[in-house]
Amino acid sequence: MVGRDGNAVTRIPARAGGPALGEPLLEVSGLCADYGVGSQAVHAVLDTDLVLRRGEVLGLAGESGSGKSTLAYAITRLLRPPGLITGGDVRYYTDQGHTVDLLAAGEDELRVLRWSQISVVMQSAMNALNPVLSIGSQLTDVLKAHQPTMSRATRRTRAAELLDMVGITADRLGSYPHELSGGMRQRVMIAMALALRPHIVIMDEPTTALDVVTQREILEELMELRKRLGFAVLFITHDLSLLIEIADSIAVMYAGRLVERAAATALFRAPRHPYTLGLLSSFPALHGPRQHMTGIPGSPPDLRRLPSGCVFHPRCPYVMDRCRTDSPPLLRMATGHQRLAACWLQDGAQAPPAPLARPEPGPDRTAAPEPLADATHEPEPLAQATHEPVPDGSQP
Amino acid sequence: MTDLDTATPPAATGSTLLEARGLTKHFPTHQGGLAKSRLLVRRRLAAGEPAGTMVHAVEDVSLALPESHITAVVGESGSGKSTLARMLARLIKPTSGSLLLGGTKVPASNRRRRGYTRLVQMVLQDPFSSLNPVHDVRYHIARPLIVHNLGGTAGSLDATVAGLLERVALSPADQFLRKYPHELSGGQRQRVAIARALAVQPRILLADEPVSMLDVSIRLGILNLLGDLRERDGLAILYITHDIASARYLADDIMVMYAGQVVESGPSRSLTDEPAHPYTQLLLSAAPDPDRAEPPSLQGRGSPPSLVTPPSGCRFHPRCPHAMTVCAQRNPPGFEVASGHLSACWLHAQGLDTEQARPLAGRADDRPPTPSRTAPDPGEET
Repeated sequence: MVGRDGNAVTRIPARAGGPALGEPLLEVSGLCADYGVGSQAVHAVLDTDLVLRRGEVLGLAGESGSGKSTLAYAITRLLRPPGLITGGDVRYYTDQGHTVDLLAAGEDELRVLRWSQISVVMQSAMNALNPVLSIGSQLTDVLKAHQPTMSRATRRTRAAELLDMVGITADRLGSYPHELSGGMRQRVMIAMALALRPHIVIMDEPTTALDVVTQREILEELMELRKRLGFAVLFITHDLSLLIEIADSIAVMYAGRLVERAAATALFRAPRHPYTLGLLSSFPALHGPRQHMTGIPGSPPDLRRLPSGCVFHPRCPYVMDRCRTDSPPLLRMATGHQRLAACWLQDGAQAPPAPLARPEPGPDRTAAPEPLADATHEPEPLAQATHEPVPDGSQP
Repeated sequence: MTDLDTATPPAATGSTLLEARGLTKHFPTHQGGLAKSRLLVRRRLAAGEPAGTMVHAVEDVSLALPESHITAVVGESGSGKSTLARMLARLIKPTSGSLLLGGTKVPASNRRRRGYTRLVQMVLQDPFSSLNPVHDVRYHIARPLIVHNLGGTAGSLDATVAGLLERVALSPADQFLRKYPHELSGGQRQRVAIARALAVQPRILLADEPVSMLDVSIRLGILNLLGDLRERDGLAILYITHDIASARYLADDIMVMYAGQVVESGPSRSLTDEPAHPYTQLLLSAAPDPDRAEPPSLQGRGSPPSLVTPPSGCRFHPRCPHAMTVCAQRNPPGFEVASGHLSACWLHAQGLDTEQARPLAGRADDRPPTPSRTAPDPGEET
């Protein structure tokens, strides 16, 4: 559904002096976020690097407690105490070519950036919408706060326009959240997030509570809007099978750490981290012979008592001695353009087991032909923030 | 990896343990408070009047749960699948219809209810709220044994509880006996809930979305545990889910529910590989599937109808891309499209006249109906 319509990309409105398609829009490097301080602190996000490019759908997959929501809150500086950002950089590149350090930005600067440049769609639309205000007044509120010069009538028209954009008729402006179905509420949330034409929309499990048909409808609409308006999406979900269908590239988190990052099809066809492989074999298939599957043994670790070495080693079927003592850095794979995996099996010292060494799919991918994900340049070597140098050959 | 299709015996192996015939549940709508409306309904019914507005939650559902067999009920929220499970567990009384346990009719009254619950146990969706936070694991599992007078002496009770924990792969059991729910992970809690259901040695297990609240990586562990209980202990299991892929993985048979009615039922491979009902086709096309080469095209958008005033005829007809005149008039019976595979859809009916088969007026697409498979001619069979 993504980028298949050949002429859709050209419909992205050209912004004067704006960065070209595919350039980095948001760059996260070495981000750490804790809950609590001192010896009691729990590292919810540890040393995470991400690049979100213009118009891209970046999927962030992980189980509950993997730190994916904390990461989203940290990026937008919405993390509330006892959550605390303890390190790293979040850089946002504006249209005018400025770089804004989001972690250093003051409240006033953030106030301008939030919603107009970076907006967030929360998981539970029921809790995110105010139950005592009509959706019309909630939509116009946003416009009133950010564009005070706009007249009342224009605001109303714009609100109706926004609802229409997500497939809700304008006569619903006077409705209250409880009068709408779950799918419609989530559509209203998406309309609100897009009200000020942001460049980045962060979506935290936007469709998790919805039925499968409604979920599919909303995703279709979202992808249409993305093609039309050209915003980039950071899509957070626990459902990797869904991400593979809609995302351009995917980052997989486990216990607060990024364990693998790759283009969506490459991740699906040729995973490089045992956790990704385990996740992929946790989804029963809809076709073919029914196979007995085992999933991943054990359960996600308690962040207060993390295992030594690689945090995944107690559940890993390919565990080596080294994994128990040393934590693997995020290694760049020799085969892929932007493939990263934090696993000692991929450091070139040994041949990785066959399931983790499947050949990369070719550039003519069938599943998600995306021009953006395969952009060749990387602005900054990612694996070097704190880690060892990137090995030049990870494949034997 | 073993091939499940050859490893598991074909459907309908054991004798039927629990059977439901024509189960129907209508809930009165709460106008002016619950108590008032109940009274109102009773008065109206006594006077022979219609009972007022009703939520038609489950309509005429029949099913059989044979031993060593997993039957999945798949549907969206509001399809009535949980109401069905609650009726089977006798937590709510059906408006009409009957239950047969081991071939004998279950009396409607609540007397001798305990004998029924000893054989029919339920596992709920959310292990975070179905376990009592102030009691430890041992209490939860010993409680049903004590209630049903199966506990024996204190020593044998402990041994039974430990044995149950081992059975759900919580071992060593001593480590878990004194733990409280907050000390366990989601998967472990659900295992405790399953051990509690198994304590009284039931023959039938009703599992209402047992994995929906769990993390993806541990879901398969619970599903495989249910599969083991079928193999090892010959339990009849009803597996309720909204995830048709997991139903295909685990179950022998699948029933698809829509707006309180069963629209399609059959062996799980046959039903998912060749769905015969337009709603099942819609569900399958909407399900996430990384293997899909083409983006899915949804056939039948929109949302389920109001159950207070359900559509006439087939309840799916307002959304159905193939709707015909007859669909708005008469509720379709189940047509057999393959061995044991029923689809409640007029597309599979033989001998509809042209008036009945005319595409419903006002429909955007007037393409001819294209069922994925048509009913075999009765003469061709055997």
